[in-house]
Amino acid sequence: MTVDSSAARQPRRSAAGKAGTTGSKRTTRTTAPRAKKSTEPELVQLLTPEGKRVKNAEYDAYVAGITPEDLRGLYRDMVLTRRFDAEATALQRQGELGLWASLLGQEAAQIGSGRALRDDDYVFPTYREHGVAWCRGVDPTNLLGMFRGVNNGGWDPNGNNFHLYTIVIGSQTLHATGYAMGITKDGADSAVIAYFGDGASSQGDVAESFTFSAVYNAPVVFFCQNNQWAISEPTEKQTRVPLYQRAQGFGFPGVRVDGNDVLACLAVTKWALERARSGDGPTLVEAYTYRMGAHTTSDDPTRYRADDERVAWEAKDPILRLRRYLEASNHADEGFFAELEAESEALGKRVREAVRAMPDPDHFAIFENVYADGHALVDEERAQFAAYQASFADAAEGGR
Amino acid sequence: MAEKMAMAKAINESLRRALETDPKVLVMGEDVGKLGGVFRVTDGLQKDFGESRVIDTPLAESGIVGAAIGLALRGYRPVVEIQFDGFVFPAYDQIVTQLAKMHARSLGKVKMPVVVRIPYGGGIGAVEHHSESPEALFAHVAGLKIVSPSNASDAYWMMQQAIQSDDPVIYFEPKRRYWDKSEVDFEAIPAPLHKAQVVREGTDLTLAAYGPMVKLCQEVANAAAEEGKSLEVLDLRSVSPLDFDAIQASVEKTRRLVVVHEAPVFFGSGAEIAARITERCFYHLEAPVLRVGGYHAPYPPARLEEEYLPDLDRVLDAVDRSLAY
Ligand SMILES: Cc1ncc(C[n+]2csc(CCOP(=O)(O)OP(=O)(O)O)c2C)c(N)n1
Repeated sequence: MTVDSSAARQPRRSAAGKAGTTGSKRTTRTTAPRAKKSTEPELVQLLTPEGKRVKNAEYDAYVAGITPEDLRGLYRDMVLTRRFDAEATALQRQGELGLWASLLGQEAAQIGSGRALRDDDYVFPTYREHGVAWCRGVDPTNLLGMFRGVNNGGWDPNGNNFHLYTIVIGSQTLHATGYAMGITKDGADSAVIAYFGDGASSQGDVAESFTFSAVYNAPVVFFCQNNQWAISEPTEKQTRVPLYQRAQGFGFPGVRVDGNDVLACLAVTKWALERARSGDGPTLVEAYTYRMGAHTTSDDPTRYRADDERVAWEAKDPILRLRRYLEASNHADEGFFAELEAESEALGKRVREAVRAMPDPDHFAIFENVYADGHALVDEERAQFAAYQASFADAAEGGR
Repeated sequence: MAEKMAMAKAINESLRRALETDPKVLVMGEDVGKLGGVFRVTDGLQKDFGESRVIDTPLAESGIVGAAIGLALRGYRPVVEIQFDGFVFPAYDQIVTQLAKMHARSLGKVKMPVVVRIPYGGGIGAVEHHSESPEALFAHVAGLKIVSPSNASDAYWMMQQAIQSDDPVIYFEPKRRYWDKSEVDFEAIPAPLHKAQVVREGTDLTLAAYGPMVKLCQEVANAAAEEGKSLEVLDLRSVSPLDFDAIQASVEKTRRLVVVHEAPVFFGSGAEIAARITERCFYHLEAPVLRVGGYHAPYPPARLEEEYLPDLDRVLDAVDRSLAY
């Protein structure tokens, strides 16, 4: 079964299909022409950086029923996620975590898309989706085990329909596609969302997941957070066309959304999920956003990017934007912000205490769960390991 | 002219020299340019040689190796970086089905002077896929050469030799030794790339290792010496081809062999060494060849890697067991 790009179901004035300009003037013979980095990319926006609600004929419908309480909920999600993230960064600095991949700046993309999901939808994250995990009800302290080095995952993916973090870039997009194919086979009407970065978009696995999902009309939403960087490499090192336009060549729609606008992310993801549910197949959503911090705590962005870039993006801060809107529309009062501040403090404290209390794993955990059915060699090595460990106890009791 | 430097710096100097002397040499990989690689091994190279020689690639390992094959077909000598051991697998197909076999497939008409640099091994407290030792997976494939230096001098010279080789070389860099310093003589006449070296003479037992485990074996030999045991330490340097003659010579002298590597023992390089040395030295051996390495389990999270990795005690234990025969 192949798919036409079903333009009928796609909001007409979405960014999809409108080619961005790519400058292609050769400067030297040896270097390839550069894709022009458009400063004002065409994107779906419902809230301006100043916090003004702007009308959007196609997507307003998807946030039409949103109440002031919902809006405060989105705000709360973003604030608490940022707080959790800041706490984790601090814990890494204090030596409590080995590494941390911060989501600073990407809260709207994650909360907007995460809150668009239904409970029976399934999420395939990469390693930075702390905000989506929050929306799924995964306890944030569970996310920290792998960064502390006590496990390689640490939660039951089926507990909240939130798969384990995937470190190998792009792999999970294929898992998402297969899972979505399974949904179709089962005759169910849930959908799948796969997260990945602009860098990951270069991986073969991601292209293969586009192919599979298109060919099998799988109910999957590809949610690419284009945070402008893949460690030190800017998006231009991955693509010569705006990423959302890739989808067209595979036979499904792509949309670019303002990734710092939580309302727009919510609306566009809802639209894409509804397409998936109603049998119209995959969609690529490119959330255009910015990684405000380092790639991870091991990275040093001063080596490859200028400060003024960050400053320009700070003006588009996703949290500030919603706060301005809430205040201007009298949807939240001082009491709300004060209460949230207290809640945020409490979350920070809880995370700190939980991490410090996290025990080192039992040594025998090495041999646990290597196989579901057991394996003679693992048993043998576990026994050798036990004898070896016991020899230290013997030595302590006198004599090796 | 000799200078003491860290292994990472020695590799950097070696790449620099290759870029200077041969216009066909290219350095490619993720973040190798402005950032200088996540370990800074390529630091400053793009600044000095430009973006057409030191190339930041899209984030696609199959693409990196596959494109390097094409560049080699066109007469270039690409040195590609895979950021971490666990990320070589997207490129595994290109390495195994294409890079390794192009020479044979073309009846010798085509050369594949590609170096694949892989920082490997554990001991740095990293998250999943950043600490693995996949050398045996490559050693099983004919057409690939596999080396792993253990010190700055070898890192420098083996890189020169790997780049000059017309065969594909997988160059495993022991990342936890990147910051260890040792003397590099830039005018030395280096040992052949695939020759093992005795780094400590001994008479009672031979410890054979490569890459990150050589330093550990030297520490083991020091500790054993305090107990009056004389251990010989062999730095194998090359996993494929393996210098069995050197191992045999040492075993004929000491009559005992313990092989140490970080990779899982099961089907690992130690298994091959044990089998061959048993064939070659059956009547010389006083004890079976013993192996110390990783378990048949996924590389564990950071807080368990001390238990997983061979350490002084585990190797000494094997030494004791061998000597007890
Ligand atoms: C296959 C693979 N290659 C390399 C890496 C090392 N690595 C980890 S994150 C990263 C950059 C990813 O950038 P992007 O996909 O844009 O996501 P972001 O981290 O910016 O959210 C790289 C190169 C990896 N994890 N997996």
